[in-house]
Amino acid sequence: MNAGSFVLNILILGVPFSVALLLAALGETINQRAGIFNLGCEGIMAMGAFVAFLPPFFMAGTPQAPFANLIGLVLAIVVGALLGILFALVVVTFRAPQGIAGIGLQMLGWGVAGTLFRHYVGGVTGVAGIAAFPIPGLSRIPVLGQILFNHNPLVYLAFLLVPVFWYVLFKTPWGLKVRAVGTYPRAADSLGIPVARVRYQALALGGAMAGLAGAYLSLAQAKMFADDLIAGRGFIAVALVYFGRWNPVGVMVGALLFSLAQALQLSIQVAGIDFPYEFAVMLPYVLVIVVLALVRKARMVGPTELGKPFDREQRV
Amino acid sequence: MGHEPIRSLELRGITKRFPGILACDHIDLSVGEHSVRALVGENGAGKTTLMNILMGLYQPDEGRILLNGSEVRFRSPNDAFDHGIGMVHQHFMLVQNMTVAENVALGMKSSHRPFRLDIGAVRKRILEVSERHDLPVNPDALVWQLSVGEQQRVELVKTLCLGARFLILDEPTSALTPQETDELIALLSKMSSELSIVFISHKLHEVKALSDTVSILRRGRIVFEGRTEDQTPADLAALMTGHDVELPRVDSGGAERPVGTGMLSIRELCVKGDRGNLALDGVTLDIAPGEIVGLAGVSGNGQREFAEALNGLRGVDSGSILLDGAQIAGRCAGAVIGEGMGYIPEDRNTEGIVPSFSVRENLVLKDIGGEPWSKAGFLRLGAIADNANDLKERFDIRCPTTDTAAGSLSGGNIQKVILARELARGPKALVAVYPTRGLDMGAEEFIHKQLLARRSEGVAILLISEELEEIMNLSDRIAVIYKGKILKVVPGKDASKRSLGLLMAGVVDE
Ligand SMILES: Nc1ncnc2c1ncn2[C@@H]1O[C@H](COP(=O)(O)OP(=O)(O)O)[C@@H](O)[C@H]1O
Ligand SMILES: [Mg+2]
Repeated sequence: MNAGSFVLNILILGVPFSVALLLAALGETINQRAGIFNLGCEGIMAMGAFVAFLPPFFMAGTPQAPFANLIGLVLAIVVGALLGILFALVVVTFRAPQGIAGIGLQMLGWGVAGTLFRHYVGGVTGVAGIAAFPIPGLSRIPVLGQILFNHNPLVYLAFLLVPVFWYVLFKTPWGLKVRAVGTYPRAADSLGIPVARVRYQALALGGAMAGLAGAYLSLAQAKMFADDLIAGRGFIAVALVYFGRWNPVGVMVGALLFSLAQALQLSIQVAGIDFPYEFAVMLPYVLVIVVLALVRKARMVGPTELGKPFDREQRV
Repeated sequence: MGHEPIRSLELRGITKRFPGILACDHIDLSVGEHSVRALVGENGAGKTTLMNILMGLYQPDEGRILLNGSEVRFRSPNDAFDHGIGMVHQHFMLVQNMTVAENVALGMKSSHRPFRLDIGAVRKRILEVSERHDLPVNPDALVWQLSVGEQQRVELVKTLCLGARFLILDEPTSALTPQETDELIALLSKMSSELSIVFISHKLHEVKALSDTVSILRRGRIVFEGRTEDQTPADLAALMTGHDVELPRVDSGGAERPVGTGMLSIRELCVKGDRGNLALDGVTLDIAPGEIVGLAGVSGNGQREFAEALNGLRGVDSGSILLDGAQIAGRCAGAVIGEGMGYIPEDRNTEGIVPSFSVRENLVLKDIGGEPWSKAGFLRLGAIADNANDLKERFDIRCPTTDTAAGSLSGGNIQKVILARELARGPKALVAVYPTRGLDMGAEEFIHKQLLARRSEGVAILLISEELEEIMNLSDRIAVIYKGKILKVVPGKDASKRSLGLLMAGVVDE
């Protein structure tokens, strides 16, 4: 294998790897912009992956089978949004500490998805999943076409959502409210913005995105479900939001960087390069830690009230 | 949006309770058209609470609000805006990492299109308002880049952009420099021909200059209501506190102190600011035991860096600081405290106390690790509680119990907690930074008396302030700081407002 095709291979692998991270991290960006970090992202992804997997699994061979993936995606989004709202109930309405509540949600989602899976499905089984959809014309461009335009539709969707989220956050009234309640809820409150409602909406959207991210893993990437399918991607997504400084574009760069490192790691193994396997696997994670340590404090960029509950009559 | 003019606004029997506190006790208040009503009262009297009720931020436990004679209920600030009522809050309500226009847009619901924020319309409205009222602001500036005075202007513009014809101003001048304050007062008195204004302030000369009528609030009750011109500031102060207030003055007619015997002796001190600039440039100053030296200057000329360097909170580039002969320059805060330095910091909420700790914990914070507050690694809770009760009594700290979170107290009482802690330790020297900023006259009087009492006990005191009155009343000598340098040191009795004002602007007459 020559160096050129080695690099090309990493790029072709890396782009679809980044999608689950990107979808989840875009949702988490909205959460955190509204002042709430949802460590339960991982759990919501597990639930999303599981419920999305069910329709194709049970409907295989029936006349409705062509719609199974779509139903699965919608289910994942709805379940994700509901879990986001559940999280909002706990941390916004009851003002529970967000870190603890998030870990709870992570364990809940992971546990429930795993248990139901063993009960109703049993062993590991594959599904047909979402097929690749090369974009006519564009996918024929040499090199670039292979890297960018030869994937399943969710890949395109995820990258299209980057400018959409950017626009929503910075150019719409709702985005303005989200940023305000995450930075200075008291000011938003003094202008008649319903802080709790905006946070609920943000968490519902964030949950829906995490659910979709999970569905991507089970339907498009792995085409199966397993207990450890998510493998920490939910936590990486949370870290990517800090890395990307709460900006969808920065988050996308982070997701790509991380998944390229992962693709590199895989390629090293596949190519049989003499490099300790354990270190290769560690590579992307080490990268995240190093980058996070180097990212400068973004005091005047991000949501300064991140993690703090809001109570109008509380003075401290 | 109701465009009906506000001819009269009446509050009747408004009552609001917080846990353990009756913040508003059957308050009646009415304001007519085109008039300025001043609302004064000590810290914690209930002024902010009353105005938050009027804005729909708090719901009253009892009472009614009448607008032009008919009852209204405000469930959220939106209802108040709809009726043309707007408020500039005591603390800035500006999102720091957004632009001025975005901050205004947040409240301007007409700019909220379904899929688009019409920031152009907001910008236009801002420029209209700022032109009409002569309030220059740049709609595209980021709020955190603006000075305090500019932010205050933005608050005013924002409130006007939201259509306020009835303006509530909650201590708008407490964070401003004297010059900015004068400008604001002039502006408001011009605006009062078109608007109705409720003006809250502790500075009674501002009240005199601006308002037609005045209401005085004491511990949640209206104790006086009348025309401003019939009252002198001293009358108002007495009504506010319930006793005659007379700000004490230093008596420094005594012998000149020999130079060079400073308790606190600062030599050629150079200190860097946050941006790496030279914030203090060769400052030399001696403070004798039992002497108060006032440091006058427009804020931002190195005062903060000076105070921090003296207290071990900021590194020292060069120069020396001797406290009773011991070198403290560049040493850590703990060591400086150990040498007997007391500190009343500029920002009482973030530097002076731990807001979520109780009053009694805050009172022993500086010595918590040693006798008598702890023993063998355990806190001696009894001793800590006794200490708190004793200091609460001596320093007249008003709090429900000493177990209350210190951050929930009013500004004046937080300052008393800090003062009590610092003075009870028996310091050799004390650095007091803007010690009465934002406080009412009763609290100011108390703090001034305490400073003078320590002076007569032999404490060397550095008083940093922008209030010339305060500096001239208390200081044996006055040093004027400008761009990190001490321009001149004059005896307190020779100083005049005019000469100090010129020095503060950097003009040295020779
Ligand atoms: N949200 C709150 N929770 C509990 N106590 C409060 C709250 N807001 C105000 N208070 C108390 O009510 C009283 C009046 O406070 P406030 O209206 O802020 O006074 P002022 O504005 O006159 O200084 C004070 O004793 C204060 O401690
Ligand atoms: Mg107040």
